[in-house]
Amino acid sequence: MHLNNGTDPHAIGTKLPAPEARYDMVVVGAGPAGLAAALAGAGEGKSVLLVDENPIPGAAMGNDVPLLFGGRMTTATQSAVRMLETVFMSEPQLEAAMEAGVEVLLGTSAWGVYRNGPGMTGLPESVVALADKDRGWIVGYNELVLATGARDLAIGFPGWNQPGVMGAAALERLLAHYEAFAGKRILIVGSHDLALETALLARDKGVEVAGLVEVRSAPQGDAALAEAVRAAQIPFFLEDAPAEAIGGIDGVERVRLRSGAEIAVDTIVLAIGLVPSIELIDAMGGKRVLDGARGGYIPGENEGVTCVGDCAGLADTGFDHVEYRMEWARELGALSKPDTIVCQCEEVTRADLLGVQPPRYLERPAPMQARSLDTLIKDGPPNPDQIKRLTRAGMGVCQGRRCRDQVAMMLAMAADGPFGSVPLATHRAPVRPLPLRILADWEESEEMRAGWDVWFGIPTQWVPYRDIDTPREREHQTAIAEGWSL
Amino acid sequence: MTYVGMPTPKETPQETMAKIAGTAAGMKVVIVGGGVSGLSAGWWLARSGAQVTVLDKGIVGWEASGRNGGGASHYQSPLFEEEQRMWPHMDELLGYPTEHQQERLVIAVSPKQLNQYHYLAKMNNDMGYRVDLLDGDQVRSMVPLAGDNCLGGMHYRFGGHANPQRSVQAYAWALQDLGGRIYQHNPVTGFETEGGKVVAVHATSGRHECDAVVVAAGPQIQGLMAKLGVVVPLAAARAEMIVTEPAPMMPIGGVDGNGLYGRQTLRGNLAYGGGPHEWLETFEAGPPARPSSPLTRNLARRVAELFPKAAHLNVIRSWAGIVENTPDGRPIIDRMKDPENVTVITMSGVGFGLSPASGHAVRDLVVDGQCSFTDIKKLSLSRFDGIGADWREQRGWQAPQAA
Ligand SMILES: Cc1cc2nc3c(=O)[nH]c(=O)nc-3n(C[C@H](O)[C@H](O)[C@H](O)COP(=O)(O)OP(=O)(O)OC[C@H]3O[C@@H](n4cnc5c(N)ncnc54)[C@H](O)[C@@H]3O)c2cc1C
Repeated sequence: MHLNNGTDPHAIGTKLPAPEARYDMVVVGAGPAGLAAALAGAGEGKSVLLVDENPIPGAAMGNDVPLLFGGRMTTATQSAVRMLETVFMSEPQLEAAMEAGVEVLLGTSAWGVYRNGPGMTGLPESVVALADKDRGWIVGYNELVLATGARDLAIGFPGWNQPGVMGAAALERLLAHYEAFAGKRILIVGSHDLALETALLARDKGVEVAGLVEVRSAPQGDAALAEAVRAAQIPFFLEDAPAEAIGGIDGVERVRLRSGAEIAVDTIVLAIGLVPSIELIDAMGGKRVLDGARGGYIPGENEGVTCVGDCAGLADTGFDHVEYRMEWARELGALSKPDTIVCQCEEVTRADLLGVQPPRYLERPAPMQARSLDTLIKDGPPNPDQIKRLTRAGMGVCQGRRCRDQVAMMLAMAADGPFGSVPLATHRAPVRPLPLRILADWEESEEMRAGWDVWFGIPTQWVPYRDIDTPREREHQTAIAEGWSL
Repeated sequence: MTYVGMPTPKETPQETMAKIAGTAAGMKVVIVGGGVSGLSAGWWLARSGAQVTVLDKGIVGWEASGRNGGGASHYQSPLFEEEQRMWPHMDELLGYPTEHQQERLVIAVSPKQLNQYHYLAKMNNDMGYRVDLLDGDQVRSMVPLAGDNCLGGMHYRFGGHANPQRSVQAYAWALQDLGGRIYQHNPVTGFETEGGKVVAVHATSGRHECDAVVVAAGPQIQGLMAKLGVVVPLAAARAEMIVTEPAPMMPIGGVDGNGLYGRQTLRGNLAYGGGPHEWLETFEAGPPARPSSPLTRNLARRVAELFPKAAHLNVIRSWAGIVENTPDGRPIIDRMKDPENVTVITMSGVGFGLSPASGHAVRDLVVDGQCSFTDIKKLSLSRFDGIGADWREQRGWQAPQAA
């Protein structure tokens, strides 16, 4: 029998590298909340690293990462240098932060937070994993501040899977920070504060706003904001909903509402709600709680990590965002057809999702066709991770950003439970899609290389059965073990 | 559907199914653990007419069985020829897709790797399993994503891969279609014995009477069998994988090498794992977490080296699973002497690919007391009789906390 004399050269041991740099404070996200935290940290004499992924690379924007850009960005977004300048100029506090001694890295995403805890003790210390357009690396921290904001909530309806259907946060990004919105005339879905503010911003930026569609019977947001929208001659279509987005090769050209009205627009802006960006917290195994008044799942108490701004939860105005979006999901679901796409990356339709059917490249024999969400629910509450594995909804390159929330809502409805009765699909690092060559550790330690094995490095495991307990066994073991550390 | 590189089977899987039908009629079997091992055993037993109940602490396939590389080329195992006979027919027999694909290529980007692969090729050819050696150009013509750094490789004219999650669910659904029952979110808490047999299994859903029990609970087998006074030495460890966005389809998806195992899925994604593992403590309730680590970066590097033409592809997820290991890395498939109606199966990290065969072996042990299609005596539990309590420490396999 093979013994390692008390050490296992192939175990993780001390192979994971120390961070390349250490800071007293690392802040992720350079919006107002992140900048304020970074400035405060620097003011206390701390070494502070502030990273922000903007400007987002064109390829990621094309995949609706991290916001639902809906293909409505201008070609300006293809010029990295120009975008960097525009983004920098759009936020005067960035310069202030640099002057205060904060190390600012734009175009840099944080794609993972790693720390020792249940199931992991191999890390030399807690680290944040970063990547820019050239490389990936890790940094250490004493304090981690997440100011990652909120992302777009998407709910599908017929025709939503074409260019020109985008989110309110993406529109704000394009209008206010990138100067790169390609649309001219928009229809806004929703009428809470987010929708009202989006309407006013668009109007200010010279975009024509054809109206706001609201499923409920009155505008939902702040009365003064609603008044300002009315004063701007922007109509509300109440007790109505988009029944279909109709378009051509460049995407949306018009919308047909449930009431029958047709409106010519090139862009439909989903402004039903925002989802606090808890990807990093969730992927690191941190705690989260459900709070409908603050936008859904928000971070719980997590030692060593502070969440600020929208990622900590939207401002509580007493409005139940979750109830509101569930109402929209029910309505848009009712307007959808069996072949309405839910997951754009993997082209999963509503019928496929509710039928728990495999993708089209697989056969669907009769027993398979007889299965559905209903039969699965008989075996226990639906779990989105299980549904995802079977249907592939949420398994694509957008990392489930376009469908995660609507799938969660659909599952809750199918199980006849409230939102939250069905667990949240897990987030996994890297929380941004990142190329292999960027993620790669090209400077890994000799220890990692020497100790690497394809599997566990147990030579007895691979000896052909017939040779076990024969003289050939030792020969195989030696030869196999020598081939390790490739 | 058979393989060029494998001996021709004596019997078709359909003939086997006809032969076993009704052989366990009326037998009540409780299976502890709804991973591939337990589900395949349950399916084989149900095909034999047994009344099968599977109890799992969570969702079927939630542990290693739904988180693995999907590889099915474990030529070292006595179960391998049976696995090879069964896999190409599993979709049809189960009635659900498993995404099983045949054959495998292993490609080298260093001379040391190439040497190793040549040794393995010879080892297989000696067993009568055909492996063809390839030079770099041959590899490049078969593996469009390979690069100039590829020095050569080997082509297994057997083996293959399947989709773990889909396969687990296929076993589970097929078992239900045969009348088997699966209780999820139902941890087994104890056994009731009488006259040297287990007569009932206790779970949160209540008491399940049985004529036979199969314990297939992964790393938790150790704790469960301890309740029956049986020592099963097992050590759990965490292993990690990454997956990219889809790449253009390669003619053979089962390509690995460069210290990696993995496959291109039928959707095109590149899913690969390898590298250092982390030894863990085992908890009765299962692992508290299955985190992945910055090893993601080392995996990404090796995938980029293996497939230079895919280096621009986005990695979209990483994950980890808990692997069950025996002291010699070989499975334990054995029927106990006391209680004599208990069969234990744990596969020591190679359980997915071999699952169509491991279930058959368990069926045979439960129904007939011995394996009908191959010798598995060297996989019996007794090889660890008298193993010292410090066997993990001796190997350096203890969880770091305890180090
Ligand atoms: C990252 C990774 C890659 C791998 N790659 C491959 C590969 O390429 N090819 C291959 O063949 N193998 C591979 N493996 C190994 C393979 O996944 C396992 O050998 C196999 O899945 C083991 O199956 P199992 O059913 O025996 O155990 P498990 O999958 O661990 O199932 C045990 C089940 O028992 C349940 N359970 C535990 N305790 C209780 C209780 N008290 N009551 C009720 N239920 C309980 C658990 O919930 C679980 O569902 C890999 C594993 C990992 C983690």
